[in-house]
Amino acid sequence: MATELAIRAAPVRRPWETGWGWLLLPCLALLAGIFIVPLLQLGATSVTQPEPGWGNYVRAITTPVYWRVFATTFNVAAGVTLVCLLLGYPLAYVLTTARGHWAAVLWAAVLIPFWTSLLVRTYAWMVILGRRGIVNQTLMALGLREVPLDLLFNRFSVTVGMVHILLPFMVLCLYAAMRGIDRGLLLAAENLGARPIQAFVRIFVPLSLPGVVSGSLIVFITALGFYITPALLGGRRDVMIALLIDDYVSQLFNWGMGAALAFLLLAVTLVVFLLANRILGFDTIMGARRDETT
Amino acid sequence: MRRPEGPPRRRIPPSGLAIAFGAASILVALFLVLPVFVVIPVSFSGSSFLEFPPRSLSLRWYREYFNSHTWIDSTVNSAKVGVLTSVLATVVGTGAALAIQRARFRLRSMLTGLILSPMILPHIVLAISIYAVFARLKLIGSIWGLVAVYTVLATPFVYLNVSAALQSLEPALEQAAMSLGATRWRALWHVTLPLIRPGIVSGALLAMIFAFDEVVIALFISGTTAVTLPKTMWDGIRTEINPTIAAVSSFLIMAYVGLLAAASAVRARAIARRGGRGTADD
Repeated sequence: MATELAIRAAPVRRPWETGWGWLLLPCLALLAGIFIVPLLQLGATSVTQPEPGWGNYVRAITTPVYWRVFATTFNVAAGVTLVCLLLGYPLAYVLTTARGHWAAVLWAAVLIPFWTSLLVRTYAWMVILGRRGIVNQTLMALGLREVPLDLLFNRFSVTVGMVHILLPFMVLCLYAAMRGIDRGLLLAAENLGARPIQAFVRIFVPLSLPGVVSGSLIVFITALGFYITPALLGGRRDVMIALLIDDYVSQLFNWGMGAALAFLLLAVTLVVFLLANRILGFDTIMGARRDETT
Repeated sequence: MRRPEGPPRRRIPPSGLAIAFGAASILVALFLVLPVFVVIPVSFSGSSFLEFPPRSLSLRWYREYFNSHTWIDSTVNSAKVGVLTSVLATVVGTGAALAIQRARFRLRSMLTGLILSPMILPHIVLAISIYAVFARLKLIGSIWGLVAVYTVLATPFVYLNVSAALQSLEPALEQAAMSLGATRWRALWHVTLPLIRPGIVSGALLAMIFAFDEVVIALFISGTTAVTLPKTMWDGIRTEINPTIAAVSSFLIMAYVGLLAAASAVRARAIARRGGRGTADD
């Protein structure tokens, strides 16, 4: 018994470690069948239909119409990211300092929309911004407007809807970074004569930058491929890339072009992600803390 | 271990900055929450178009929902898809987290990247590529087809939550169980899994909500025989915007708020337990 104990407690951990790898098998099988193979096939479609070659990509890159759609997508995604950052930063900051009921209320405000159906929230914006919506009813009841404003189906409504959906992600990323900042540093700066605003700008903001980058990255990447909100709240003039892909596949049955556009979207997403990965490292972005020692 | 809350916070007199941020955060919180609750009064409206505030009150849109086969069937489908996805993703994701954490893989960070990669893939890209494959395999309109895709997309949520739980786990506990004669699998089942249960539960919950809520993939592969609730809502919003959607939405909001409360109760219990253990250690 004593020897057995000694053997088992020995620092050599080999026998304890073998076999765990098999648990990865179901995951890899699913990824291969439902993720990698379909994507490879889509890639093949993009260079074989309607005829073999890079024709679809050449057309996608050289035609101004597609350029405009990509530009719109980029602009909307960048705008949404910026607004999320501006709105999310103060909220995340307050979340790191608030205590008690106050903190509970603010957390509920972040988490309730986070858990609420995306369609429900998009629908809510239709109720708020529509011609008979809350904003227009209020304006007309107050006598500020005779005719209802067109608040829906334009870039404004798309941006508002997407910000509402993506803001909780931004706040969670910022919060994760801000929570680790030692407030004592701010006090030290103030003791050394800095005004609170100076201490905030020169110490707190730089320390929170990893959260800013990871939050912006997640919001931007998600916004690039957004389909639901632009489809329901957007106008025909602000077509985003996901809608164009859908049009090519389900309206025009032009799978080759749809697949090529999908791969361009995927490529842009990957480039943005890898750039951020260079700056931050994968685990910081994904919010996973990995322990290198195990 | 002794300071789970991080560095101690001192009371700082509110500066102009703190006041400005406090005011801003209240406005942002209202922006986040109000739209969610706007839908509830609309759902009790008596008229057949959207108006706010409703001029007359009625339950007709709730009746509409309960009397419609389309709505009820798609709700049942979504519940099935949600539960099945949650179970599968939890098993697959927990397995992957254990494997990555404990086996010695040469390309570990690449494997982690592969497991998490569905998170950054635009759903429209996956939707059309899956559609092409499933159409050939006659899997369009199959509940299991949806579950398979959702499992791939939801596994990262479970993986991240379980990995985080595993990292904060004391490995000596499992080794102690084995030194007392438990087999590795017994130790895993009776020691490790109960200890990482909060991580597993929140991963499973996230997976379920995701599958219950997903629209883009469902638009492409749910066909006519596996129509989910989001698909029916989408059709409803696109064709006739009447308050039935508001009634369904209100239902969902109440369900989510309930789940949120349940989840935070689970977390509070976990924290309480961890806190208790911490003091016992001291």
